[in-house]
Amino acid sequence: MTLGVVVFPGSNCDRDVRWATEGCLGLPTRFLWHEERDLSGLEAIVLPGGFSYGDYLRCGAIARFAPVLEEVKAFAERGGAVLGICNGFQVLTELGLLPGALTRNRHLHFLCEPSRLTVEPGPCRWLRRYSSGETITLPIAHGEGRYQVDPDQLKMLEDQGSIVLRYATNPNGSVGDVAGVTNAAGNVLGLMPHPERACDPATGGVDGRRLLESLLG
Amino acid sequence: MVATTTFSVAEALRKEGLSQADYDEIVRRLGRAPNRAELGMFGVMWSEHCCYRNSRPLLRGFPTEGPRILVGPGENAGVVDLGEGQHLAFKIESHNHPSAVEPFQGAATGVGGILRDIFTMGARPIALLNALRFGPLEDERNVGLMEGVVAGIAHYGNCVGVPTVGGEVAFDPSYSGNPLVNAMALGLMETPEIVRSGAEGVGNPVVYVGSTTGRDGMGGASFASAELTAASLDDRPAVQVGDPFLEKGLIEACLEAFKSGDVVAAQDMGAAGLTCSCSEMAAKGGVGVELDLDRVPAREAGMSAYEYLLSESQERMLFVVRAGREEPLMERFRRWGLQAAVVGRVLAEPIVRVLQHGEVAAEVPANALADDTPINHHELINEPPADLLAHWHWREDQLPEASIDGIAIAKGTLGWAAVLEKLLDDPTIASKRWVWRQYDHQVQANTVVPPGGADAAVVRLRPQQGEGSLTAVTRGVAATVDCPNRWVALDPERGAIAAVAEAARNLSCVGAEPLAVTDNLNFPSPDTDRGYWQLALACRGLAEACRALGTPVTGGNVSLYNETRLSDGQMQPIHPTPVVGMVGLVHDLAQVTGLAWCTPGDAIWLLGVPLETICETAANEERLSLAGSSYLECIHGLVTGRPPRTDLELEVRVQAFLRLAIASGLVTSAHDLADGGLAVALAEASIASGLGATVQLPPGEVRLDRLLFSEGGARLLVSVPASRTGPWQAALERAGALADQAWAERLGQVITEPQLTLSRGDQLVLTSALAPLAERYEQALPRRLGARG
Repeated sequence: MTLGVVVFPGSNCDRDVRWATEGCLGLPTRFLWHEERDLSGLEAIVLPGGFSYGDYLRCGAIARFAPVLEEVKAFAERGGAVLGICNGFQVLTELGLLPGALTRNRHLHFLCEPSRLTVEPGPCRWLRRYSSGETITLPIAHGEGRYQVDPDQLKMLEDQGSIVLRYATNPNGSVGDVAGVTNAAGNVLGLMPHPERACDPATGGVDGRRLLESLLG
Repeated sequence: MVATTTFSVAEALRKEGLSQADYDEIVRRLGRAPNRAELGMFGVMWSEHCCYRNSRPLLRGFPTEGPRILVGPGENAGVVDLGEGQHLAFKIESHNHPSAVEPFQGAATGVGGILRDIFTMGARPIALLNALRFGPLEDERNVGLMEGVVAGIAHYGNCVGVPTVGGEVAFDPSYSGNPLVNAMALGLMETPEIVRSGAEGVGNPVVYVGSTTGRDGMGGASFASAELTAASLDDRPAVQVGDPFLEKGLIEACLEAFKSGDVVAAQDMGAAGLTCSCSEMAAKGGVGVELDLDRVPAREAGMSAYEYLLSESQERMLFVVRAGREEPLMERFRRWGLQAAVVGRVLAEPIVRVLQHGEVAAEVPANALADDTPINHHELINEPPADLLAHWHWREDQLPEASIDGIAIAKGTLGWAAVLEKLLDDPTIASKRWVWRQYDHQVQANTVVPPGGADAAVVRLRPQQGEGSLTAVTRGVAATVDCPNRWVALDPERGAIAAVAEAARNLSCVGAEPLAVTDNLNFPSPDTDRGYWQLALACRGLAEACRALGTPVTGGNVSLYNETRLSDGQMQPIHPTPVVGMVGLVHDLAQVTGLAWCTPGDAIWLLGVPLETICETAANEERLSLAGSSYLECIHGLVTGRPPRTDLELEVRVQAFLRLAIASGLVTSAHDLADGGLAVALAEASIASGLGATVQLPPGEVRLDRLLFSEGGARLLVSVPASRTGPWQAALERAGALADQAWAERLGQVITEPQLTLSRGDQLVLTSALAPLAERYEQALPRRLGARG
């Protein structure tokens, strides 16, 4: 059971994910440089937070052309578990693995603070250790986390149980208070909050542990 | 043969901020007249920003040595030994003038610059702090400056992946139009040896890495060394543009390069760009450097030698590399998408020689630029300025009567709860959540105490890379920045002493052992009697307090000429603001205390100067005062009086006791008494916890406002669990805190109900539910900043 963490130039939560998965939870973790293509031996891939390629043009817009992401896309389409956190979520939407887009926060400020979330695990593999309707707290830290999708598509996502995380108090203007979205198969999860920042009691809460531990089977 | 250029010397001197005497000295040192590029090199190198030509004699009084000091002033940053093989680099630097004309980029590049000072030493940046000053937010321009500065800091720090964990923000009309932006960075050494800046090894290649060189930031160091006027907005090209994404790659690539052992010396290109880095590296190494401008990666064509040499384009570094190792080294940088080029070599002859288009564009002895730089001598006046002496005559009995019901002001009697609300609504005192929620304070996964949680930030000492990065670590580093600028304005020496004492106290309040200081001297022009006197006395105060507290100064930054020429031609100087950045060691993270109350029933104690001081000497009476207090300014509209004298001896004793008590698990919270005195400190601990407090004030004759709101050093609040009462009392007795001249008194206790109540005897002085207090405290900034976000 090994986890891969993609490293783009400008990723800055790559080491934090590894601290959470390997340091706190004991899951072997390997970094994947953005030019790599070898995903062998990996059972799940995390796209970490940060500012891939400086987030020039548009968050995640350049990252989607990285060689490693071609492989990640194929991996996800084969049913592999893929998690996009913050900037990673933005990359997943640019890549077309998840619907919608993330734009500048309402009020335009970067926001770093704890956020209360309601979980509806639905089909999501990453959330299977949480119960339906459970409230958890994970930190957010983003300037462009306002989830946007047209009303019809939102309805469709809601109907198929893809809106798996919602803010109790909407911090950024996301439609439908959306904080996290899964695909129909439930193997891909994108979320703006940082589960890796909620695994270590020395620095905060531990509500993110079960998300990353879901890989343990 | 050095290229000659024709130019008007008088005009060029004015542009470079040099005097005729400087010019004569340059001619003497060169043995000939300088060409235009050479004169520009002297202009930046001899500016206050680069060579401290006004302040150097004063800085010599600072204590700079101690058992933990590995690197003191003179290198890119100071370094202290944390034990267990860990070394911490840290430094503070200002970006005031750039932020005044372009707040977003000015502040952003201030962060970028201080980070480079840290990783140039071989340390990975692990935390950022900042000290900010603005004019009142009632003025839209100040709102715009604050929005821009905070967004700029957030942009750079968040993107580069270094948490911004703490800082301070204060407001005063003197900063209108001339905000202060001081950024401090901490880094953990990742290389076994500290990377130095002195060039070595004749023939070794000089390698340029990072971003390209352009015309941005031309002459920024000279610009930073002159006062601001309305025309300063035309100097916007002197403000650089930052690219934190590039810097993130630069950090990784530099640390890799340093670990390879191929880098002999490194210097970042900050103020004065290539000129400064070449001449400093040459002068420190006692060698020469030849630089070929045709090989410097440029972002625009047709730049003159002058422009190359004075460009302050960001995210650039200069290395001396072991001969033969330059190719693999440059490859590391290209992998991160960065420029890398061999641009010169180390010479035996101690000169800086600049080539362009096959000609010698400049040739200057390295030490002529960097060593023995000119000093502006100023006469120190013997007496404080007359207006300050007049202020010092102010006495508390000049205030209207203070009764149990409140204080008489023009509009009637203001009750004590209303006074407290008004103080909590003062932007300088109020919650800075609006600011720090815009900073990523968690990235790197080591932030143990977030902003607002305690008197100092605490970061765990878990390395990001390599050995130890995946194991739990129980040690941490604490950091704080402090300056009571109103006190410094009223008494520079006492104010500076208080700055150091408060910084150390803030560290002690989280249980950290204060180690060392980096200081940022933000002052008006030293060319006036008053300006130089302020600077000289503040330096004297800093030196005295650093000595008393055992925290040597390892370097810092001097920013002078912080004044604005108003439309009527008058100069408006800022409050002199010597910001003290201090770092401390936390031996056991499990014991770190926050400022919030923890458990109902815990006893609240005041340590330090007692509330009702019974004094044997007049000097002791001055330890506490309403003079220069927040209360005096916010409620009575007065900035007057002689601020209190910090009792450094008591300060040392109280702080040592507190640290011992924290380490022994005797206290569950600790909070410094600062702006707004006892009442504000009680309110802050209550608001942060949601728990109330009942407090009994001592009976007696002392004015109620003095009991509630007086300020002074060596004072703090702790809460003690009921289960620890026995050992706590024993510890106090052992420390002599309850003997003659007692310095510990029990004030009351923490309660479940969200209500703050202070009584004196059987009379109720102040009672308030926490909700309205919290509302004032939390909304003060959002309300003034348009309630956005």
